[in-house]
Formats: sequence, C-alpha cells, structure tokens
Amino acid sequence: MQKITREQLIEKASALLADGTVKQVLGWAKGEFDYDITPAVFESAEELNANFVWSDFCGANFSKYLVSKTRKCDGKILVFLKPCDTYSFNQLLTEHRFDREKVYAVGIPCEGMADIAKIKEICADGIASIDCEGDALKVHTLYDDEPVCVPAADVLAERCVNCKSKKHVAYDELLGEEGEVLDSARFDEVAKLEAMTPDERFAFWQGELSRCIRCNACRNVCPACTCEKCVFDNPNSGVENKSPANSFEEKMFHIIRAFHVAGRCTDCGECSRVCPQHIPLHLLNRKFIKDIDNFYGEYQAGAEEGSRAPLVDYTTEDIEPGEVFDRRDTDA
Amino acid sequence: MNNREETLIPKLGVITDIRIDTPDIKTFRVVTPDGVKPFTHRPGQCAMLSVPGVGEAMFSITSSPTNEEYMEFSIKKCGCVTEWLHQAEPGQQITIRGPYGKPFPVDDEFAGKNLLFIAGGVGLAPLRSVINYCRHYRDRYGKIDIVYGSRSKDDLLDYKEIIDEWANDNDVNVHLTIDREQDGWDGHVGFVPNYVKELGFDTDKTAILCGPPIMIKFTLEGLYALGFEKEQIYTTLEMRMKCGVGKCGRCNVGSKYICKDGPVFRFDELDELPDEY
Amino acid sequence: MRKCSLDTINHVFAEIAAGSALYLPADGTDGKAVYTRWQEGVEWSRALNTVRSPKDFFFPQTENLMEFKTSGKNIEIIDTRDEGEDFVIFGVRACDVKSFDILDRVFLKEPIDSYYASKREHGIIISVACSRPSETCFCKTFGINPAEPAGDISVWQSENELFWQANTEKGEAVLNRLTSVTEEADDSAVVAEKEKIGKIMDKLPLAGLKTDAFGAGKTMDLFESPYWDSLSEACLGCGTCTFVCPTCQCYDIKDFDTGSGVVRFRCWDSCMYSDFTRMSAGQPRLTQRERFRQRFMHKLVYYPENNDGMFSCVGCGRCLAKCPISMNIVKVMKTIGGKEHE
Repeated sequence: MQKITREQLIEKASALLADGTVKQVLGWAKGEFDYDITPAVFESAEELNANFVWSDFCGANFSKYLVSKTRKCDGKILVFLKPCDTYSFNQLLTEHRFDREKVYAVGIPCEGMADIAKIKEICADGIASIDCEGDALKVHTLYDDEPVCVPAADVLAERCVNCKSKKHVAYDELLGEEGEVLDSARFDEVAKLEAMTPDERFAFWQGELSRCIRCNACRNVCPACTCEKCVFDNPNSGVENKSPANSFEEKMFHIIRAFHVAGRCTDCGECSRVCPQHIPLHLLNRKFIKDIDNFYGEYQAGAEEGSRAPLVDYTTEDIEPGEVFDRRDTDA
Repeated sequence: MNNREETLIPKLGVITDIRIDTPDIKTFRVVTPDGVKPFTHRPGQCAMLSVPGVGEAMFSITSSPTNEEYMEFSIKKCGCVTEWLHQAEPGQQITIRGPYGKPFPVDDEFAGKNLLFIAGGVGLAPLRSVINYCRHYRDRYGKIDIVYGSRSKDDLLDYKEIIDEWANDNDVNVHLTIDREQDGWDGHVGFVPNYVKELGFDTDKTAILCGPPIMIKFTLEGLYALGFEKEQIYTTLEMRMKCGVGKCGRCNVGSKYICKDGPVFRFDELDELPDEY
Repeated sequence: MRKCSLDTINHVFAEIAAGSALYLPADGTDGKAVYTRWQEGVEWSRALNTVRSPKDFFFPQTENLMEFKTSGKNIEIIDTRDEGEDFVIFGVRACDVKSFDILDRVFLKEPIDSYYASKREHGIIISVACSRPSETCFCKTFGINPAEPAGDISVWQSENELFWQANTEKGEAVLNRLTSVTEEADDSAVVAEKEKIGKIMDKLPLAGLKTDAFGAGKTMDLFESPYWDSLSEACLGCGTCTFVCPTCQCYDIKDFDTGSGVVRFRCWDSCMYSDFTRMSAGQPRLTQRERFRQRFMHKLVYYPENNDGMFSCVGCGRCLAKCPISMNIVKVMKTIGGKEHE
C-alpha cells in the first residue's frame, strides 16, 4: 500500500493549478476496474477529484509523455514522479528532449507497484475489486464469497522486487519522505543468463522472443526511445518491418533496440511491464548495464542530469577492446 | 496446388513504350507478354502495378477503354515504385492486376450532358481516359470543355495530344493555363481556379475535377460561385492502398473504401463521408 | 450428445489428432495459454483466453502470398499456394467463434480471398462454453452467449466431464470418429451448466454495456465528438490492441528479397501506426487522435454500416487486458456513447 495518499496528491495538484503555477497535471486516471489505470491530463480540481487515482497500480512512468505534452501545452505541466521515474526524467533532460522550464516535477514516494498478472495467477480471472490495505491486497472475485488476501510483496512487479532506488534524483518539490538508493539484486537474473552455455542462452531468448507480436509497445513506451522517426518505421532504412519475414528479424529488432538504448536505459522496466507477451525485455538492457558497470565502473543512467555515459565519453582509462574480448568468459 | 481465383496474384505486363511527358512524369505503355491489352476497364478505374522487390502501387489507367491494343499509365516520380519505373527501359516486365474501383458514370449520368473537365498537373492522368472515351463516342455527349493547367508549359501532361488532337476537334474547347509567364508561351497565365472563374461557365454542365487538394478546394469555391450544385461535380480521391479490393483497410474513409467504392465520387456523396481524405 | 471424463480427455485428443492436426490452448513458454499443436504430453489449458486470438489460423500474422524470380528485364510469377489439409481447433471460446463470422464478411466477400478461404474451409472448430467468464468479458453486449458457443462442435464442461454436441456436418464427422472414447449422454448436466453461466453473466461488471449510441448511420454524430482528444491522449500508437484483437484484419503487403528471389507476403498491420495511411502525396490521419478514432469508428460504426449492423467487436476483453495504457473499447463506448449507455 502506498504511504502517500490520493488526497494529498490531489490537494497539491489543485493548489498548483489554482495559483497558476501549472496549467496541466499529468496523472493517473481511474479505469473500469481497480487495476486498469490510464495516464491522463487533468486541467481542474473537479477533474482531479472525479478521476485521479493513486494506488498500487499506478506503474506508468510519465517522463516520456513530457516530450510531446510540453510541446502542446503553452504553460507548465505538473508531473508526478516516482523515484524510478526521476531517472528517466533526468536522462531525457540530459538528451535535451523537453524544456525543463515547462515542467513542475513533484516527487512522490513509492512502495512498489503490483503486477496484475501475478494477482491473476493467484486469484484467477474474475476480479471484481481490489482493496489495498496495509501490506496486503484484498481481492474480491466474482467466484469467491470472501475476498482473497494476497500479501503485497508476493505480487510486486519484477522491477519493484528489484527496486534500485527509493531516492528521487530530480524534482521541484518532494512529497513525503525521501528514500535511499538501494542495494538491489537486479543483476542476479542477468548472472543466471551469463551462466548458461551459448546454446542454452540462445534457446532461452529464442523461446522468449518467439512470442513477440511486433506490436512495438516496448519501443513506444520506452523513455530512451524518443527518436522522431525510428529506423524500423522508415521505409528507406532497409530494415523497416511491421512483422518479421523470418525469425532472425524478430531478434534483430530487440537486439538493435537494446544496443541503441545501451548506456541511456535507466532500467525503468516499462518495456517488460507493457509487453503483452510477457517477454522479459529488461534483461537485455540490464545485461548492457551490467557490462558497462564491469568495464567502465558503475554508472547509472539518469542518476545525474548531464552526465556522460561511458559509451559516449572517451577517457584514456577506457578498457581496451581486446581486454573486453579476453574477459568475455569470466564476466561473460 | 490451390486452384482458386486470387486477385492479389498479378499478371505479367511488359512496358513497350515510355514517353517523357514532363520533367517528372512519364507515360508507360503496357501489354501482356503476348502483346495484348492486360484486361478491359472503364474510364476512371485503376490498376495495381508492381516491381517485385520494390513494391506495388495503385495507378489510374490513363488510356481510354476504347484503346483496344494497350494500356497507358502516366506516372509522376514521387516514391519507391515510381522512381524505379522512371529508370526502367522498354522491354521491362512488371506485374499488373485490376481493374479496380468505381468508374466515372460515362454511360449513364454523363450521357447527353455538357462536360467540363478541370485538371491540374498530373491530375489530368485519370481524366485523359474519360476525355478520350467521350471523344470516341462524341455524339453521346453535349459540349466538352477542358480546362487544364500546370506549373509551366513543360509540366503540361499529354501536351502533344492536347494540341494535335483534342484542340483540333471541332466541338471540344481546350483552355490551357500555366502558373507563371514563360518564354514561348502565349496562352493564358494563372492558376486553374481563377481561370475557371474568368471563363465563367454556364451551369448546364457536369464538372469533373482532378488535381492537387488546394486546386480542388478553390476550384470548387469558384464553381459554387458560378451556381454549380454538388450533384453536378465529380472528383477522384487518393488514399494509400495495398489490396485494391476493400480488405486491407488503409483506404477506409467512413464506411467507404476508396479503392472499391471510389476513387470516383460526386461531391454530394463526399458530404456523407468524414473529412479525412 | 456425447460425453467424456476430463481424466480421459487426452484419449479424445489422440483420437482427433489421428485424423487431422489438432490445435488447442496449452501453456506457452511464459505460462500463458497459446494455441499449440497437440501431441502426447501437451496439456489443454482451461484458461479463459489465449493472448493471441485464433484468427491466426485463418489470417496468420505473416503469410507468403507468392514468389517472383527475376532475370534481366523478365519476371516469373510463382503461385506458391497449396490447398492445405483439414485441421481441428479445440477450445475456441464463443467470442472467438463469432470473430470468424466477422472476418468472413471481409475475406469471403467478392473477390474472395483464396488464402483465407482455403484455411477456413479446412478448419474444424470445436468451441468450449465459458464456465468462468472474467471481469473483462462483455460478449453479451454483442449478442454472444458464452453458454451457447457456435462452431462445428460445442463442448460444455462440468466438474469432471466434457459434453460434446455436433452442430454441423463437419462436426458430426469428427464426433463420429470419437465413439470409442466418448459415451452417449443426456443434456441435464449441460442445462445446469448453461444456467450457471447465465447467472454469472448477469453479475459481470460490464454486463450493462450498451451499443445504442453506435452502429450504422452514426458517423457524423460521433466523428467530431470532443472526447476523442482525451481518450487518445495517452495512446502510445503501438499495435497491441490491433494484434490481440480477434476481429482486426487490416494488412500490409510487402516484398522480401531472399537473395534468390522475391517473396511477396502479407502481414498484420495496424491503423494505430502512423505509416498506415502515409503516402508520398500526404498523410490524411495526421495525429494519433485520428488513428485512434479510426480504429473505434471502424469497429462501432463503419463495419456495422457495411455489414447489416453487425459490430466488429466480440467483447473478448483482450484489449482490456493488454493495452499498455489501459485504454480500450469499453472506455471509448462509455465515454463517447454517454453515461446513460453504461
């Protein structure tokens, strides 16, 4: 359950709208159910009171929306940022993707977001409502007279299980208490992949990526994917494809994308959250992060606005390419 | 083996002649490898031409159905397929399928009417088929006026045919115009919509418009000012197409598919479509 | 009506598979149900829905249409179509069975799409009634009864048994092959099951969703609705809704150079994509608002206008479950249609 309340956020947003600081509020709007929450633009206290929500299902990272919304709005936009969202926010600023002056960023603490897929594994389909109470979720279903009580920790989204930071790295104002950068176990899954033989690893990714339907949700949600025109959408690029002509193309799309965001991916986990086929796409990006850490020293994209990623910053201490090759078996 | 008919599988065509019309428009003559016309069509209908490996695209058939020997396509260079075609040489094989779309109502609604054709630039391409059809069956129609304009004299499509044939017909009035003054041009200078207003046509005509959207917009205003009704004016729409038979979905405007319910529309019919074309 | 026990279901599957390829929902590499070719060891997943709809069987995501060989100025067109063989799809839900009727009205309309038609003729559909509809289900809105699924054979589940009822000659032929693994049954258990499903249907959160505001003739009423802006505000412009939708059927045709020739294939396309309508001459749908509107107007107005009022949605709920921003046809219907239609 979230420590900060919906009412506190509405109060803050309403006040900033009322005093003219901001013209729009980027927030989460309630859905048909308790878990299908849609990012939305709010322009009045009435709209906020009617539709704004803040719950364990507000996973959407708004940073990328700022690229388009700041261009459209002629005033400031209030954006609520969870700790992990602030890294994407900083990274986009580093890449000059939106005008900082047009944004009023309010950092909000996050206790981790729930994954509805995990809840459905436990409670099956037919979820009527979900109450977040303390450390548990009370799930009322169409088929059980009594609600099913699920510990929140059991249904945390993968990225929240391995939360890298409860600390906000960018904001104009912070609500609630500031957290710390965490000692996360997020590279454990990568280490498991590295421990595989090349054949096993190939089979693993083959199995995962073969489910891809090329819907582009991962790319379109990714805060690091903000090209005005993606190479995969450009008919003159030679690699434009809506659907793979063969199984190689599927892997190429995801691997090229992982390369393109390497050093810029903050590990926000949106790609895996939105994948309709549950492909653990974040593992591709995390492998790059782990390698960069190993080869160039620890680097967290987005931790600091304006920082130069090791891959685009030459220093005389940089590891020699040959050494990378030599270390491939030990560090994989 | 599947023996069902399949419209998506094209026929072979051979380009037998390529005429350079303007700096960016060429007219391609196409027959089957046996030397005959690929299929019969009605004025205003289209065909899908393709170059394997490059792509397939929809083009209006420029030649009249009354031409029984071959088909012609006037094609402006503006995309992958058209660029490829522009560098092709006679003898090149391509693929062709069709005919697609609803034709101009030349045998019913146009019959007995005075016709006013108004075209701009490559917009003459789809109208040439109708004009030549009506010239062929000249006694079925009343007066024929043709207003055609382009950027310059060099950009006038079918110039030779217009001067040598259309303008020499006793009962066809051709009114040419170009956008700007040019050496060697003693005809009218000015944009098509203004020229239409200057010519000031009587409303006893059916008007057929084809050209860039901006020309259509202002010409329409001019025709309305002259007293024309929407029911008297026809045009053709252009949307991206892949299948040509109303299935692939991309030329959908309202409940219509431009490839099969169009490309020919009367302006009162367009009023029933959402403004998204 | 025939019945078999759930314990011996694999005997029935083996019997079907002996005659023709059998596909059914089974757990995939991510543990979610995916249509899988049955063989010994494959277990039927009783999950309500597969992520991908069974439209794949008739309209696959990619499909080769023909090949070309070129040399110099010459082209050879190679018709690569084959007639295909009979196959059985087991476990299709009522909504998905209905989706085939919607696809038929596009692909089997003149000129008939031969690729679709041959697969459709060879496909034998065994539907399964939904014992546990989900909160995302709203098939009833479109006149579909999950207790009475169509198809060549309909199957109902009780706790330990499956009841089989043939609806067509094709279905009869399959059921006749199963006499050794099924037994004659009366319909009392099925009647009870239908009644149970009926009661659940009334309790579903989306049970009251109405279509009154939509359908033929509503284009001009709805096209300029002020709500399209806010509804499409967060749309990512991805193709998830389109690709998981059992009735979305727009496609692209593309050429692929294999090195030794050219394959012309078709693949699913999405009106949500910016290049769907982009031409060298211009772009009629400039922003995501127009693309978003197209998808819903097509399902709720344009398609019904061309198809005797039939909507192009079956209420399967896949888009509700899968849209990255949780925007979907239900929210569109409630917002555009007005609150009185909830």
